[in-house]
Amino acid sequence: MQHDHSIILNNIKKTYNKGTLVAVENISFKVESGELFGLIGPDGAGKTTLFRILTTLLLADQGIASVNGLDVVKDYKKIRNCVGYMPGKFSLYQDLTIEENLNFFATVFGTTIEENYDLIKDIYIQIEPFKDRRAGKLSGGMKQKLALCCALIHKPDVLFLDEPTTGVDVVSRKEFWEMLKRLKAQGITILVSTPYMDEANLCDRIALIQKGKILSIDTPVKIVQSYPEKLFAIKSSNAFKLLQDVREYAGTETCFAFGDALHTTFKSNEEGVLNYLKDKGHNDVSIESITPGIEDCFIELLKN
Amino acid sequence: MRTLFFLLEKEFRQLLRRKSLLGMLIIAPAIQLIIMPLAADFSVKNVSIVVVDNDHSSYSQRLINKITAGGSFKLAGYVSSYKEALKMVEQDKADLALQIPVNFERNLARENSGKLFVAINAIEGTKANLGGSYLSGIVKDFDDEIRIEWTHDATVDAPQISVASSNWYNPFLNYNLYMVPAILVTLVTAMSAMQSAFNIVQEKENGTIEQINVTPIKKHIFIIGKLIPFLVLGIILFSLGLVLGRIIYHVVPVGSLIVLYGSLVVYLFAMLGLGLLISTYSATQQQAMSLSFFFINIFNMMSGVFSSVDSMPAWAQAIVQTFPPSHFIKIMRTVVLKGSGFSDISNHLIAITIIGLVLNTWAILNYRKTA
Repeated sequence: MQHDHSIILNNIKKTYNKGTLVAVENISFKVESGELFGLIGPDGAGKTTLFRILTTLLLADQGIASVNGLDVVKDYKKIRNCVGYMPGKFSLYQDLTIEENLNFFATVFGTTIEENYDLIKDIYIQIEPFKDRRAGKLSGGMKQKLALCCALIHKPDVLFLDEPTTGVDVVSRKEFWEMLKRLKAQGITILVSTPYMDEANLCDRIALIQKGKILSIDTPVKIVQSYPEKLFAIKSSNAFKLLQDVREYAGTETCFAFGDALHTTFKSNEEGVLNYLKDKGHNDVSIESITPGIEDCFIELLKN
Repeated sequence: MRTLFFLLEKEFRQLLRRKSLLGMLIIAPAIQLIIMPLAADFSVKNVSIVVVDNDHSSYSQRLINKITAGGSFKLAGYVSSYKEALKMVEQDKADLALQIPVNFERNLARENSGKLFVAINAIEGTKANLGGSYLSGIVKDFDDEIRIEWTHDATVDAPQISVASSNWYNPFLNYNLYMVPAILVTLVTAMSAMQSAFNIVQEKENGTIEQINVTPIKKHIFIIGKLIPFLVLGIILFSLGLVLGRIIYHVVPVGSLIVLYGSLVVYLFAMLGLGLLISTYSATQQQAMSLSFFFINIFNMMSGVFSSVDSMPAWAQAIVQTFPPSHFIKIMRTVVLKGSGFSDISNHLIAITIIGLVLNTWAILNYRKTA
């Protein structure tokens, strides 16, 4: 089945605790077929709630959602045949081995490992040497690869990955995103969530989400371009004092610490700040204009 | 159907892999079955008695000898005042205090009546109750004895009614015959209702149920796949219990094994339904544990294992009717001791079936794949 949009959400609202706690509200977006779409937001933003609604595990209070043209409420049985879901928490059987887990999930979808082996081959090859090891005894990165294999074993049209890289080391994270790119090349639509802003650039399009509301949806490049201010990075050897001094400076609009630099915007322009800082005793201070990252955009959007 | 097969394959693989759990499921009940019937014996022995003899007559001596000779009573002390005797009861050194008043013998001879005073420590109800009635029995015997002695004239027979009783189905009132089947029921109950609940809740706790719920597995298949392994385990445990009961306690069922196993399957159907129901109301194994403990405790106390259901108040009896174990214990006892067939136990079987249907339907309605 091919549709222009694999995933459609229209005005989705979900509350918990009898309506007192709003998890997500007014969520509408569409994911095109074959797209790698990222939901970017901090913990508690409502990402998992959206995943659970789309994978038919949760009923929305309001709004309509469809996956592959199938309504998540009416056609939930059909959806379960054509989507793969990898929950944020490792949810395979810890007391079964890699091979047994994979085999089990293949059989419950009425298929076999051999039938769809080409799809998981790249990933499975990496964990195959440990196939007789129990899933509970695997490292974080291997668990995540196994979970991805299990989510892919029935050749789903749409793949839902809820924070797949949380708690995984930098190298495995990088590998993981490369795997996603290869899956995308095979025509699988992927909806992935992550709290890591640096991963946003690896998606085709992203939705920035915070406190159950969508702040912005666009390609990462366009989101960066839409950053309204000029952004500067200020560095000095005494980083802590620098942050205090820059924040005290009358012309400063915003100032946040990013690694060893302060990402700063000014009310009018940056002139004068250098002299001000030198007066404050920062002798080795440097300032340069930079292009903002997704995180800068996120913080900027939070202001509104 | 194929899916069910794969689910069962997975369940058994997981069960067999957890050796410690499997041991707990089979060996722990076996040990309980070996130990519990020995301890759960209601005949009261070793009631300690303290005697205050203010009469010091030959009759009072005879009475004391008679009491201590029987085997049920143990003379804990022979003191001179009631105060001292009561102190011994207070210190738990004696369960009963018997006071023989001054002039006991004289009053008996002259006025044809004597009085005795008995103080019973009622903290341990059963012991107090039975000890008291044993003692009155002995005193009555003593009374009969001396009356016969007084009516020396052998031609004048005092009218007496003697009762000879015979114990049907358990001629020697062997407690093991009575307790082993009931204890076996409590063990099967605990295993089936608790473990099936824990097993399902474990999937919730580990989040694996999420992964299952996004697959096309139908919920009834999933549930059946969860319950069948425990049905099998229940049957294994029951068989082991029958074998142990036979070897250790020589409890050989008089009735047919077909009746026993047929009833067992119906019973397990009901108890697994309870386990399933508990699991649908619990998010963690701890919750499931608390809930199932609640039920198991009530079942053990009220289903007639130790105390007879018929002597409970009417409201309690009405409640007990809704407990599957009470029916199954009745079935077990009548089949094992009396050799009842299906027609004799049909009422109980129907009751268990109805309870089972209610529990399972309730559980399935409450079990939602979409939370």
